[in-house]
Amino acid sequence: MAGGKVPPQRPTAKGDLSRMDNNVIVSLQNIVVDFDGQNILNGLSLDLHDKEFVTFLGPSGCGKTTTLRVIGGFVEPKSGSVFFDGKDITGLPPYKRQVNTVFQKYALFPHLNVFENVAFGLRLKKEDDRVIRSKVLEMLEVVGLKGFERRNIATLSGGQQQRVAIARGLVNQPRVLLLDEPLGALDLKLRKEMQLELKRLQREMDITFLYVTHDQEEALTMSDTVVVMKDGLIQQIGSPEDIYNEPQNAFVADFIGESNILDGLMLRDFRVEFAGNEFTCVDKGFARNQPVQVVVRPEDIKVVPAIQGQLTGMVNEVIFKGVHFEMHVEQGGHEWIIHSTQASQPGEVIGMCIGPDEIHIMARTEE
Amino acid sequence: MVQKKSLAAPYLVWMAAFIIAPLIIVVYFALTDSAGNFTLDNLMTIGRYSTVFARSLILAAVATVICLVLAFPVGYFLSRLRTSKQHIMQMLVMLPMWMNFLLRTYAWMSLLEKNGIINRILGLVGLGPFEMINTSGAVVLGMVYNYLPYMILPLYTAMTKIDQSVVEAAQDLGAGMGKILTRVLIPLSVPGIATGITMVFVPAVSTFIISRMLGGGSNLLIGDLIELQFLGNSYNYNLGSAMSLVLMVIVLLCMSFTSSFDDEDMEGVV
Amino acid sequence: MKQKHWRALQQAYMVLIFSFLYVPIVVMAVFSFNESKSRSVFTGFTLNWYKSLFTNSMILDALALSVAIALISALISTVVGTMAAVGISGMGRKSRLLINNLSYLPIVNPEIITGVSLMLLFVAYRGFAAWANAHMGAELVPQNIFGLPTLLIAHISFSVPYVIFNVSPKLRQLDVRMYEAALDLGCNPTQAFFKVVMPELMPAILSAFLICITYSIDDFIISYFTCGNLQTLPIAIYSMTRKKVSPEINALSTIIFLVILAIILFTNHMDSRKYRRDQQRRG
Repeated sequence: MAGGKVPPQRPTAKGDLSRMDNNVIVSLQNIVVDFDGQNILNGLSLDLHDKEFVTFLGPSGCGKTTTLRVIGGFVEPKSGSVFFDGKDITGLPPYKRQVNTVFQKYALFPHLNVFENVAFGLRLKKEDDRVIRSKVLEMLEVVGLKGFERRNIATLSGGQQQRVAIARGLVNQPRVLLLDEPLGALDLKLRKEMQLELKRLQREMDITFLYVTHDQEEALTMSDTVVVMKDGLIQQIGSPEDIYNEPQNAFVADFIGESNILDGLMLRDFRVEFAGNEFTCVDKGFARNQPVQVVVRPEDIKVVPAIQGQLTGMVNEVIFKGVHFEMHVEQGGHEWIIHSTQASQPGEVIGMCIGPDEIHIMARTEE
Repeated sequence: MVQKKSLAAPYLVWMAAFIIAPLIIVVYFALTDSAGNFTLDNLMTIGRYSTVFARSLILAAVATVICLVLAFPVGYFLSRLRTSKQHIMQMLVMLPMWMNFLLRTYAWMSLLEKNGIINRILGLVGLGPFEMINTSGAVVLGMVYNYLPYMILPLYTAMTKIDQSVVEAAQDLGAGMGKILTRVLIPLSVPGIATGITMVFVPAVSTFIISRMLGGGSNLLIGDLIELQFLGNSYNYNLGSAMSLVLMVIVLLCMSFTSSFDDEDMEGVV
Repeated sequence: MKQKHWRALQQAYMVLIFSFLYVPIVVMAVFSFNESKSRSVFTGFTLNWYKSLFTNSMILDALALSVAIALISALISTVVGTMAAVGISGMGRKSRLLINNLSYLPIVNPEIITGVSLMLLFVAYRGFAAWANAHMGAELVPQNIFGLPTLLIAHISFSVPYVIFNVSPKLRQLDVRMYEAALDLGCNPTQAFFKVVMPELMPAILSAFLICITYSIDDFIISYFTCGNLQTLPIAIYSMTRKKVSPEINALSTIIFLVILAIILFTNHMDSRKYRRDQQRRG
């Protein structure tokens, strides 16, 4: 770990956090947070590793922002502890933590220009003027705002303001940068550009980024690790591929990407029954005839002539989505979603083939 | 933001000492006689002055209504102007407000006198000199003149919130001028009307300057009476306090009546 | 009605109303230059009344007193009021509601009641002071406070609520995240308040200060009951109007009008200049 930029290692197992070459930099233990009479987090425990891009993903109200704010020091948990680099920082106020935040609406200081906004934290540390100047200018160049030092905040576009906010946080060289849905207010194209920018920045600065979003595509694009949350609980932690390919429960399966989720019966190892048919799959370890849930991604279903299909269904709707066609197919009382680059016709009867690799089995969750 | 509540302490102490305590003292004086014994005599005595109270209420009400009628079109027309012009016109309405109240009332004195300018101009056309000053009419005129801007501004503020497209929609649906007024403009400007009424009626019912300068000795208002009890010849603190108490009740009634229509707080007007 | 006619009627009406508002002021101005003391016959042009006004010691003393009281009371009111606004914003809803409603009292109360109640307070205090001093055998408690102290207390009392109601909305509009950002970047709460919150509040604080000055200089009724023997400008004007002889009053009125007009034009100019400068910066 000597100064060089070590690329984070890709996990290979299911949500495996055992790539212990990276230290745990933030550890939450049994965090309980109540607000306005409602319980937001109920005993949340989580280890976050250094120098990773970690995204907290979930629907509104799932507690992801609250978790971030607990780490930042803006929310004091009712009980539980927050550890930073091994030290207990639970009672520590934000201005004493080695953490900086990029707020959702940037929270730039309107009475200061760009330079002074970025320099704010440095000035508080009473660093030398020349040092401040060089650090600020360098950071502005890193975020692509060279020449913007004297500009008035009100004259900047959303994307530019956002980059000032990022520069303002990063220039203080925090160990961890917290980002609370910072791209929400930007238009689609700009958002996609900024996603790559942020990823690049994280690699370049070689620090931990903790990112909050409800946009699953964003999470999959940028993260090393994704933490999926719902109702204050962690649903699954893992790399983007893991979360996508091996969702651990129906919620994750449904939240990440589009899925077809059906009830099924695990007949025996490598053999599952659903949609009135038997399929070979690659999962084992379940009890005989155990009720399970089956997840099949829309792009994994092959459309074949009706006779050749494992299942046959009738096409209800065909929607052109640009990158692919989305087809709604009625089969055995269930509406399947299929993504294909070729369109079938509404009313057409088609055959569907699903390879063993593309069938994901989950234990049935109590809903 | 965790603000220190104790920052408000100096103000709270001040408020208790110089806003609340004085009012309690007024109530105390109102309900006691000069020896300090509890009595309702002061309140009873007020009955003798019922004509004065009635006059104050009527004149203030008349002035308020006139202000409302005059100010309503002004508020509307102002709100339809271009924004740049609106700003200037707003200033022009407020300018007289910032001129000293006494001087403005005094100005009318010289205009309304028997030998004043108005009578002289009317004399040129052959109309005989009218007895204008020292009448109730002069008092109402003084009230209207002084408080008209206080009615224009809230009405204007309320009407800027009525988008022109609403008026046009009403016209599109067949409403003529009268219907637009009664069905659209007045209902939508009710908060402004409520504020305006309060800001005119309350000072009007409690003034003593206007009645003294323009009404002569025969048009005494509540304010005059009170002033007489404290700094004038009558010198009866207890009676004066009782009158003040009654005045406060009147004002409270007026305000609770109008606040039921008012859905915004007064911060914008301040 | 035709658009043209409607427009003409509109304009005629507005001219009528504005004439009503301004004619008395203009007439006062005209007769401030009148040779004779008549208020209806213009005999000749003269600046004498202006000259004598500048040597009228009663007016000049009163003006000095009004300005001094305005500045001092406005300063104290602004500080106390801003502190109060900040403190109140951190209170629970019920406390806030109660304090806000009580703070409305000086604003909505008829001025005569505020004046009378303060006067009674001071009279009661004077009685208490006399009793205490008699008891102690010496004048240890100040007794005759009517005058500068009472005027200052009165002016501060009716000014502070305006400060609170001017600063509080700005406080509410403040983005809490900005304060948190300051904490995040290393400020402790006090630093964060002064470095980030105060600059945002400044416009409201300044305008509150100006409002206090305006209301203080212009106040008559409350000062009337609490001034003792002193004369503020409006009280001096009042005594002049009671004598109602000299056109010096007209001259004074005209000067005040011109000063206010100048201030309005100046602030308007500054506002539009700032507006234009902001527009340029955007471009």
